[in-house]
Amino acid sequence: MTATRTAYKWVGTRPVRHDGLDKVTGRARFGADFATAGMLHGAVLRSPHAHARIRSIDVSEALAVSGVKAIITGADLPELDDNQVEGGEGNATYRDLSRNILARDKVLYEGHAVAAVAATTLRVAEQAAQLIRVEYQVLAPVLTIEEAMADDAPLLHDDLFTSGLDSPPKEPSNIAARHVTSRGDPDAAWEEADLVVEREYFTKAVHQGYIEPHAVVAQIGEDGKGTVWGSSQGHFVIRTLTANVLGWDPGDMKFIPAEIGGGFGGKTTIYLEPLAALLSRRTGRPVKMVMTRHEVFRATGPTSGTWMKVKMGARKDGKLVAAQAWMAYEAGAFPGSPVGLGVMGIFACYDIPNVYLEGYDVVVNKPKVAAYRAPGAPMVGFAAESVIDELAEQLRIDPVEIRLRNAVAEGVRAVYGPKYRKIGLVETLETARDHPHYSAPLGPWQGRGVASGWWMNYGGETSATVNINSDGTAVVMSGCPDIGGSRASLAQMAAEELGIDVHRIEPVVADTHSIGYNDLTGGSRVTFAVGMAVVSAARELIEDMCSRAARMWDVPPEEVEWVEGRAQSVSGAFPPLTLEELAAGSARTGGPLSATNTVNPRGVGVAFSTQICDVEVDPETGRVTILRYTVAQDAGRAIHPDYVEGQMQGGVVQGIGWALNEEYIFDGDGVMENPGFLDYRMPVASDLPMIDTVIVEVPNPEHPYGVRGVGEVGIVPPLGAVANAVYAATGKRIQELPMSPVKVLEALSSG
Amino acid sequence: MSRTYVTCVVNGDPVDFLCHDYQTLLSALRDELGLTGTKEGCGTGDCGACSVILDGQLVCSCLVFAPEAEGRSIETIEGMAEGQHLHPLQESFLEGAAFQCGVCTPGFLIAAKALLDHNPTPTETEVRYGVAGNLCRCTGYDKIVRSVLDAAVRMREQDTRKETA
Repeated sequence: MTATRTAYKWVGTRPVRHDGLDKVTGRARFGADFATAGMLHGAVLRSPHAHARIRSIDVSEALAVSGVKAIITGADLPELDDNQVEGGEGNATYRDLSRNILARDKVLYEGHAVAAVAATTLRVAEQAAQLIRVEYQVLAPVLTIEEAMADDAPLLHDDLFTSGLDSPPKEPSNIAARHVTSRGDPDAAWEEADLVVEREYFTKAVHQGYIEPHAVVAQIGEDGKGTVWGSSQGHFVIRTLTANVLGWDPGDMKFIPAEIGGGFGGKTTIYLEPLAALLSRRTGRPVKMVMTRHEVFRATGPTSGTWMKVKMGARKDGKLVAAQAWMAYEAGAFPGSPVGLGVMGIFACYDIPNVYLEGYDVVVNKPKVAAYRAPGAPMVGFAAESVIDELAEQLRIDPVEIRLRNAVAEGVRAVYGPKYRKIGLVETLETARDHPHYSAPLGPWQGRGVASGWWMNYGGETSATVNINSDGTAVVMSGCPDIGGSRASLAQMAAEELGIDVHRIEPVVADTHSIGYNDLTGGSRVTFAVGMAVVSAARELIEDMCSRAARMWDVPPEEVEWVEGRAQSVSGAFPPLTLEELAAGSARTGGPLSATNTVNPRGVGVAFSTQICDVEVDPETGRVTILRYTVAQDAGRAIHPDYVEGQMQGGVVQGIGWALNEEYIFDGDGVMENPGFLDYRMPVASDLPMIDTVIVEVPNPEHPYGVRGVGEVGIVPPLGAVANAVYAATGKRIQELPMSPVKVLEALSSG
Repeated sequence: MSRTYVTCVVNGDPVDFLCHDYQTLLSALRDELGLTGTKEGCGTGDCGACSVILDGQLVCSCLVFAPEAEGRSIETIEGMAEGQHLHPLQESFLEGAAFQCGVCTPGFLIAAKALLDHNPTPTETEVRYGVAGNLCRCTGYDKIVRSVLDAAVRMREQDTRKETA
């Protein structure tokens, strides 16, 4: 499927989104907004300890409370084997996923679920949960990568043996996996470098920070079949995971997607769903479960804290000759950090002949990490983009120029294997260089930083259906939750194909029993992959309608063409038939007008972003203020530019939070000290300037409209861009995030 | 446990409900009155998703006990449009693409309304501080701030039209 046209009527415009009215009037129903008759409420008992052996659990007193209907613990879930979970975005085995849902034998982080209670009211459920007697043998917690990798570290899992080592280990450890990639001969290549910079970096665990806590209602009948309402980034995947953890058949449950109040990767896995489903099965009544914010912080997300060592060498002309990196990522309580993606991404922007990369997946007594927007890439971006900035400065080369001299382009082989097809990194760099922001004057204690970032994007299994109503309006059905405007972009592509007004199309996110399988809303894939399926279905419909017109006119099909919503005879011998006329008469021409298409597209367009950040540092308080921010990102083709800009701006601001303020803070026992939005400080409106965007369009030749995924790459450059700006303002390179006021003051007072 | 009988005005209509003393106004609105447009994001007054206007004052309804609503007047997102006419803020948010997932949107609209009710001509900085009690994780606030400024202009134009009519 290739790009065929360049002038569009709907693609590239900014119509009001179809679900907008419901969302500005409070009518949109999110996860926690659903209720049904006879509903019970569930509550979870969570571990107060970061690391402990469970000696016993006594639920008898809790079960005796009036109104309590059922209590489940880890013993109620089937033991599962080490099969890898497929379809989700994080990495896990089913055995670990199950043990994360309800602890078995050991609790591995503060907040780890131990038991779940269903009762007639939430208050009764919560009070009963506190009456469950759990006897713990408290163990020493392992809270940092350094502690976890030490030879004498306490072990989280007695049976965890490092994979990916040259020879299989004899002893278990907290290192789950080692990932190695190399090319060329970096050891020899350092000699060719005129300048080598080697630095060490640290980042903290940060949370996705979606505003809607996890919520679900499950109603399982006496026959074991039922319905689950809830918000997630992919109800098909959530259904599969839930069923497999319970040992049920996925097809026995219909998952109905609620509107989703943010996810950013964090709602690609399950927490409450199997608990609510099992409690419902046990009680024969619907069960609703909603997390508190405190629970969201302690038991979901976050992404990895990291420790990275990066070395890069360049010639005098700025050309990079060799690079190597050692990186270790916290996986949390169970293996599965995104370190593999860090290995892929750290030098993905640059054409470097000699590279050695080594990554470690390390378990610690913290919540199991979940995917977070471009998983694994922002942290390595911080490290690599900081080193490049230092090389540029010491070689007296402009920071955009040094990136241009090394930027990957079509035909260059990525460090992670394939050759890049048409990509737009160079265009984003040129856009940044030529932007007025890049040469604007700065004042005292102000500085400017730039950084680029890469993200691979994803295709994935996809189904879509287009139905034409008898009045000539259309319904576009997909199975991917709309998390940021995808209904509108799908409707726009359908409108473009069908030649009808975008508001004569109703885009619908269908439940698991109403449409074919769809992978997650994740990997920046929906507008790309679902868009392809919608376009193919629309084209199939057009072909059908043209052949119906041909039969009515008694001409060969090639004598009919589809132009602006009408079947026209090429010869002009017949008056055109509009979509409305064809729809109204469909009963006489072969029945309803409907087409379904399924795809599993490869050919995702790799995405790049280059960003410019100006900061001002207050030397008395250490506070860093973002003065001005500009993003140039390759979108391939922006279907709805408002929501492309929105993805760019949202990703940047999450990155700014990561750079300046956000971090999980634990006490010495491994108890999270800031599990609320007051102390886990996400950016608010008064912290920020406008985020200026430039949409660069280097069309992806693998998509009918040239779309690339746009959702994730925006979060990759900000960590480096802000750090480089702080350096430019202060002369201090801060190598540990977040650059909170305390850390900036420390840096300013150091020699 | 006995419950308290509360009468108040919600979006101009007299309503009554029974509630436990420990229940919040947020819980009463959502669970007793079925007004689920007001959202719970944190339950500790940090995210603003539960913003409502109580006797003209912007509050987090998760920080108000339900019995405190007795005799008072509450504005929620469900009452923002007048009949078939959206509030200018709702129009601006729609046309300005001021939301992505939309879960924080009711709170932002209420907070912005409270701001514009008191200050019809805010600067960008005043808008940023006016909604600083509301968290949005999707948008980076850019399009929200622009849309509030745009709504302020629309409201002034409406007022001018009313005066000249």
